[in-house]
Amino acid sequence: MNADAVVQAFGFRLSRNASGRLVFTSATGEVFEGVVPVRAFPITSPEEGFALVTAEGRELAWIARLADLPEPDRLLVDEELAAREFLPEIRRLVQVSSFATPSTWTVETDRGPSVFVLKGEDDIRRLSHSMLLVTDSSGVHYLVRDHARLDRASRRLLDRFL
Amino acid sequence: MLASGETLVAVAETDLDERLRFATGAVALTNRRLLSRVNGDDAWREWPIDASMELRLRDHAGAGSLDLFAGDRLLARWRFTLGRLPAVQKMSERFAEVRRDPDASPAAAEPSAPVCGRCGAEVPPDDEECPRCGADAESPPSPRNLFRLWRFAQPYRARLALGFVLTLGATAATLVPPYLTMPLMDRVLIPYGKGVPIDVGLVATLLAALFASVFAAWGLGWARTYVLALVSERIGADLRTTTYEHLLRLSLEYFGGRRTGDLMSRIGSETDRICLFLSLHLLDFATDVLMIAMTAAILISIDPWLAMVTLLPLPFIAWMIHLVRDRLRHGFEKVDRVWGEVNNVLADTIPGIRVVKAFAQESREAGRFREANRHNLAVNDRVNLIWSVFSPTVTLLTETGLLVVWAFGIWQVSRDHITVGVLTAFLAYIGRFYTRLDSMSRIVSFTQKAAAGAKRIFEILDHVSSVPEPAKPVALPALKGRIELRGIHFRYGNRAVVKGLDLAIEPGEMIGLVGHSGSGKSTLVNLICRFYDVSEGAILVDGVDIRSLSVPAYRSNIGLVLQEPFLFFGTIAENIAYGRPDATRADIVAAARAAHAHEFILRLPHGYDSLVGERGQSLSGGERQRISIARALLIDPRILILDEATSSVDTQTEKEIQKALDNLVRGRTTIAVAHRLSTLRRADRLVVLDRGEVVEVGPHDELMAREGAYFRLYQAQARNVDESDDDRWTPQVIPATRAAGGGA
Ligand SMILES: Nc1ncnc2c1ncn2[C@@H]1O[C@H](COP(=O)(O)OP(=O)(O)OP(=O)(O)O)[C@@H](O)[C@H]1O
Ligand SMILES: [Mg+2]
Repeated sequence: MNADAVVQAFGFRLSRNASGRLVFTSATGEVFEGVVPVRAFPITSPEEGFALVTAEGRELAWIARLADLPEPDRLLVDEELAAREFLPEIRRLVQVSSFATPSTWTVETDRGPSVFVLKGEDDIRRLSHSMLLVTDSSGVHYLVRDHARLDRASRRLLDRFL
Repeated sequence: MLASGETLVAVAETDLDERLRFATGAVALTNRRLLSRVNGDDAWREWPIDASMELRLRDHAGAGSLDLFAGDRLLARWRFTLGRLPAVQKMSERFAEVRRDPDASPAAAEPSAPVCGRCGAEVPPDDEECPRCGADAESPPSPRNLFRLWRFAQPYRARLALGFVLTLGATAATLVPPYLTMPLMDRVLIPYGKGVPIDVGLVATLLAALFASVFAAWGLGWARTYVLALVSERIGADLRTTTYEHLLRLSLEYFGGRRTGDLMSRIGSETDRICLFLSLHLLDFATDVLMIAMTAAILISIDPWLAMVTLLPLPFIAWMIHLVRDRLRHGFEKVDRVWGEVNNVLADTIPGIRVVKAFAQESREAGRFREANRHNLAVNDRVNLIWSVFSPTVTLLTETGLLVVWAFGIWQVSRDHITVGVLTAFLAYIGRFYTRLDSMSRIVSFTQKAAAGAKRIFEILDHVSSVPEPAKPVALPALKGRIELRGIHFRYGNRAVVKGLDLAIEPGEMIGLVGHSGSGKSTLVNLICRFYDVSEGAILVDGVDIRSLSVPAYRSNIGLVLQEPFLFFGTIAENIAYGRPDATRADIVAAARAAHAHEFILRLPHGYDSLVGERGQSLSGGERQRISIARALLIDPRILILDEATSSVDTQTEKEIQKALDNLVRGRTTIAVAHRLSTLRRADRLVVLDRGEVVEVGPHDELMAREGAYFRLYQAQARNVDESDDDRWTPQVIPATRAAGGGA
């Protein structure tokens, strides 16, 4: 299948306008400005299942896998996702100010080092056996993908809160 | 850096870069320019402000974005986490002012209240620190939670002191017998071995004294145990009720984040353990310490050298305690949490049993419970490992100590430094001494257990309600019922649900709140009831900010019927009278009549005395709803809030309830939420919400004439078609591509 054929099959085009917003043009020529790509399973299966939704939240298209999109559209979607999704993944716990909450955590994430305040132990939720979601005092979520695979020191610190 | 005539108006820190990686930076606003830089980068970028410029602010999933536009063109974009949002928001508001009039005097532009340097939130004049950051600041509660428990023991200090005195007496009494063995040995038995006849008088005196001391020890011990058990129960009860009372006062936000089972285990079993610790173990510990001190004193008075040898294991034990203490406490904390987890499974499945059964998931739920228990076992095993090594080690040390004392004692006897009697007495004391040591070391485990529990209890007790009771509540005269929402914003966690909503409701007016599912209707109701506090703006009732009113006093003016009616275990009459327990039977019947519940109640076998079962499960959905309407009507509120109050009853019943409500609504400020728009025909005005914003306000006819959002909603319902039918757009579905050339 060549790229044109794919575009045909998908029947829509994406572009970015001067105000930096994604513009969706459907096969029938309908134009939607400010569409956003959304992952359906951002945590458990980030690479599968995307929806393009309008600013009002209505679904325009469903994309099973990003790789299926033709090149220019995929880059746009990728870019937009990167600018929209914010779920830093904790790679290492450098320091915690105290084992009693509220406690200030200094962490290293896949988005660089960060410092945040954990308000209570209940703000650490278990998503699955190994996955944890930490909510800081301002409502930002941090993910610990597999707490058993953190390094020893981090594990020991984290363990005190579990 | 600033040019002449230029003044700094606002500064906001940013903490993310464009790719949403953590990076500090700052945006500064002067009355001429907007400046920004990224840390580590000395150069400031600048944008002279002109009239076409606009700052737009939005946030999603914890990350905010501040966009600078010139017309429709994006000039710059700054990203930051939610923590910085207030400061950024302030700045963008100031930006609008500056753009309008760059030369407004900066003093006039100064915000009225001082602003927190860290987050930009306003600091109320009577507060020292920022309420937003202050709560976040590093002020962990003292880890010495056990000492804080004293507050619960304090009311009983007289009885505790009595218990202590009795303990002292009992301990002293048990120390007399070994002392009497000395003269028995040295003045009776050993002389007899050397051919001296037994002095019957002396033996009789000694034995009588022995008996008296034993008897005294029994009496004192009994009194002590009784007194302490008494105190223990009371402390436990106080701790439990205090914690529960505090818990009840916490806001809905708190409960939103907690698990029922966990809270139950904290209030149930952990308070129990703490009270046991406070009254029994702690006293035991005191006894042990006393006993050891007394024994040590006696031993030293008899023979200092031998005493030294006896005390040899003490430092070792102290060192061991030091080693295991922390580990034990963490272990016990874990045990507590896991126990909470076990309870959570129960609290989840028992209320949801119908779903479990309907989907035939009994075995999976059983598996979940087994898994929680397995986890419980694993955690317990680990603690027990530490603990079980500890206790025998203490015994080993003491037994070894005993051997050393024997050896040293015999050697001393052989050199005539001490008598056989002294050695015997020593050995008798040491036996007790070491037993005490053993039991004293056991306190380590109890202490740590109690400390772990105390930590979890204080987590509840230290939690300040996010809907705080004002320090000086404004006295509330009879409410007229004028409600005014002024620019309110609200977010659940990082999700903005209400965005800048303004609305004024006149006293006695009936407002119909309509909008798509998830548009924020129930949230608005929650805010008006002050289940949550708005994050910005204010809600005023009769011109008074509801945050300055006493919470219970304010709520007593509100009759609320919820989307999910909840009934308590008890009779129907009790449930109706829930908000006014002193209501007469006639009142209850009148309220039930008004809610059209009277007749179905009479059909029940026990009428108003029928039990409704837990959560009212023996009633149908519509019946539950009518009871909750009766409950709201009975308190005769100034403000009546009906959130989908008639969603579960058939149209006939709804019409009847509606008729009754029409009478009751008269003169009360009423806010009614309904999906069935026909329900709201009586409303004076309808407010159409869409994604947390008011899109239309007005009476039915006017809105219909306007042919806007309400008209569409109404049409969709009148045609009785599913709303999605009038979607112009059905999403395209792109299936996963199959492997190239694959089959089809
Ligand atoms: N406790 C909560 N925590 C987080 N988000 C919530 C919470 N309660 C509601 N929401 C979200 O807030 C939005 C508004 O919810 P709300 O209950 O106010 O809707 P509604 O208008 O009453 O809808 P419905 O007509 O279905 O009852 C929804 O998107 C919902 O997902
Ligand atoms: Mg609702």
